[in-house]
Amino acid sequence: MELIEAIILAVLAASTPLLIAATGELVTERSGVLNLGVEGMMIVGAACGFGGAWLTGSIFIGALFGIVAGALMSLVFALMALGLAVNQVATGLALTILGVGLSGLIGAGFVGERITPAAHLYIPGLTDLPLIGRVLFGEDAFVYFSLALIVGVWWFLYRTRAGLILRACGDNHVSAHALGYPVLRIRTFAVMFGGGCAGLAGAYLPLAYTPFFIPGMTAGRGWIALALVVFSSWRPGRLVVGAYLFGAVTILQLHAQGWGVGIPSQFMSALPYLATVIVLVLLSRARAGGSTAPAALGTVFVPDR
Amino acid sequence: MQAHQRMLDPTPNGLHSGESPLLQTLGLTKRYGDFLANDSIDIDIWPKQIHALLGENGAGKSTLVKAIYGLIQPSAGEIRWQGQPIMLSGPSEARSRGIGMVFQHFSLFDNLTVAENVALGLDGKESFKDMSARLEQVSKTYGLPLDPKREVWQLSVGERQRIEIVRALMQDPKFLILDEPTAVLTPQEADQLFIVLERLKAEGRAILYISHKLEEVKRLCDTATILRGGKKVDTCNPRLETAASLARMMVGGEIKEVKAAAGRKTTVPRLVVNDLSLAPGEAHGVRLEHISFELKGGEILGIAGVAGNGQDELFAALSGERLSKDPGTVVIEGIAAGHLSITQRRKLGAAFVPEERLGHGTAPRMKLSENALLTGHAASGMVHHGFIDTAATLKTVDRATETFDVRKAKRDPEAASLSGGNLQKFIVGREILRNPAVLVVSQPTWGVDAGAAAVIRQALLDLATAGAAVLVTSQDLDELAEIADRIAVMFHGHLSAPLATADATREKLGLLMGGSSLEPKEAAHAVGA
Repeated sequence: MELIEAIILAVLAASTPLLIAATGELVTERSGVLNLGVEGMMIVGAACGFGGAWLTGSIFIGALFGIVAGALMSLVFALMALGLAVNQVATGLALTILGVGLSGLIGAGFVGERITPAAHLYIPGLTDLPLIGRVLFGEDAFVYFSLALIVGVWWFLYRTRAGLILRACGDNHVSAHALGYPVLRIRTFAVMFGGGCAGLAGAYLPLAYTPFFIPGMTAGRGWIALALVVFSSWRPGRLVVGAYLFGAVTILQLHAQGWGVGIPSQFMSALPYLATVIVLVLLSRARAGGSTAPAALGTVFVPDR
Repeated sequence: MQAHQRMLDPTPNGLHSGESPLLQTLGLTKRYGDFLANDSIDIDIWPKQIHALLGENGAGKSTLVKAIYGLIQPSAGEIRWQGQPIMLSGPSEARSRGIGMVFQHFSLFDNLTVAENVALGLDGKESFKDMSARLEQVSKTYGLPLDPKREVWQLSVGERQRIEIVRALMQDPKFLILDEPTAVLTPQEADQLFIVLERLKAEGRAILYISHKLEEVKRLCDTATILRGGKKVDTCNPRLETAASLARMMVGGEIKEVKAAAGRKTTVPRLVVNDLSLAPGEAHGVRLEHISFELKGGEILGIAGVAGNGQDELFAALSGERLSKDPGTVVIEGIAAGHLSITQRRKLGAAFVPEERLGHGTAPRMKLSENALLTGHAASGMVHHGFIDTAATLKTVDRATETFDVRKAKRDPEAASLSGGNLQKFIVGREILRNPAVLVVSQPTWGVDAGAAAVIRQALLDLATAGAAVLVTSQDLDELAEIADRIAVMFHGHLSAPLATADATREKLGLLMGGSSLEPKEAAHAVGA
């Protein structure tokens, strides 16, 4: 029982940064922009988030630092890919390279420092329940926030007019423009939301997951978040399922090594990507004619005036 | 500078004297760099009128309506709405004033539902629920049925246009702009549209109607403004004009009459189709049923019919995009070719021009020379030992440009940058310059202006005179009457026996297009199939 509870807790902790980063990228991609710089924005968010918390002693301010850092990084992307209509794939990859370098620079002073990690909820009685107590009522604020975030994004996309307009931009930017919607402005907001989420997801790592900063600590989570968005076929509900599934695989991978299971760890690390490919194939077979991806995803738009 | 002279639009029966028009442009000018897309255009739109806007491709029609709809800002001039000068910040302001627009290329979102698409065209002041209820009511009132919950990608072209029209009508516009609304419609769908437009006119709304189909304009419109090279050249009552006189005003001169050379001889059969049957390739396709015909050199066979009766499938079977199990079903130059690929058929001397210009006839983002290579690689000496002879591909572009008067901004632009008519001239030219023995061409002048259409039709006639066999599929009966020697009709995957053009009256063709048989005896067979 103890072990199962420990595994569930570990899975939740490992899944949360994936869920937050992927939620942001989902909104970005739904607006028609492919920002491959999630890994770079996350690692800068991690460095700045840790720096903020270390300087002020407040996890909350650390998280804010992470969000702002991620959003600023994404603004660089927006200026290039939307303002100057540069190829989005190339810009996103460049952003990741920039982020990795920048985070090393920012974080150089913090390496080896420790902070007190984010506090966990404690409700007497409830949290002490066996098995589910700590899982449901003993998490840190990030876990609860990530779930609220994805519910909020679902509600925004499918229940508000602004969400409808955002999806419209992702489906056909020429039509959206012809109807008078400011495509580039809407996309800039979407990109910055994605950047803020990636920054927060990055900050989660040194603020709650491990209470210190090491360069490169995102360790490919940004890429998994990108795969996760595709895996979810751009739907918030499936995104939650996918995030916990992918999180579970990473935890399983660690335990499998510890138990001496004969599956190479490299295969386990590749599983999320393999699952994404399989889901893509299944989806395209299930829905011939229509596309599941936002139709304008990754294409450059220059309005004529 | 010359003083600006204002040409007054006629007011029918002096009805409007003393009032001001609903919408007026005064010296409207739009400049792109050195290029004057609109040069000082005056136009008056009155309520209760359907006003046609005519002009060749590139005459400035789209630019003018974009400015009126607030999509682009004019460089100079003024727009007056109900007598007051206005500056439109964007389409939403135009809509809120009562200007609606139905775009030529639909501004729809394929992966959103009908109701969501309509909601996006409104200002969003009412709840989605109220909007859906009103959508149902409007579509019922005007006889434009729509299922609000379906996603657009599942709908036919006619249904998509219905969404656009309903979306515009939901704003209760005083003035509605329609940009080539019938270009993609079947004759029946077009007739339904005209009923709606007449009704809107009777309700006191003004309509600006852009179309290339002059007969349609004569039938529907009260006034016509003609643009040429960005300038307004005339305003007239289309009912008092002939299609030919309207075309003259658009082109600014006589359109060359398409003429077949005398003494055209038919020779050996060059394209023979024997009992070709083919299952549909996609869910909503048409099954080809026992199609047979013989086409000799020097002959043009026209295939008429309402779109979607198997013409696309027949084209795919002839071009080799879909293969037949029995090689003998398609015989090109005496060789059984039903099982051969497109390239192998080209090597036999066949050439193909599909209906869709961008995406099927050409790769839109590739240069013309590269597009020349895409069909010319088979048999036109453009490839040597696996390497592309760029000089040869460019030469093809130059020859097509020269022979068929293709107007373009530079020597070798991207295909997508050409206007529809010019791109079509290039595509037809590219194939004809290969001197094909057999040319299969689908909708050769679809959405092409009168001048370019005349050039293309003449080229097809000349090719036949030179001894080639030409198969033309077209929905335009006038076009077929002009160039074809025989006309057959396609209906539900069946092809009728060809009629000599002189014998193929509209009535006869109409009957065949509706699925009736000319011989009462055969009726049972046609229905039973």
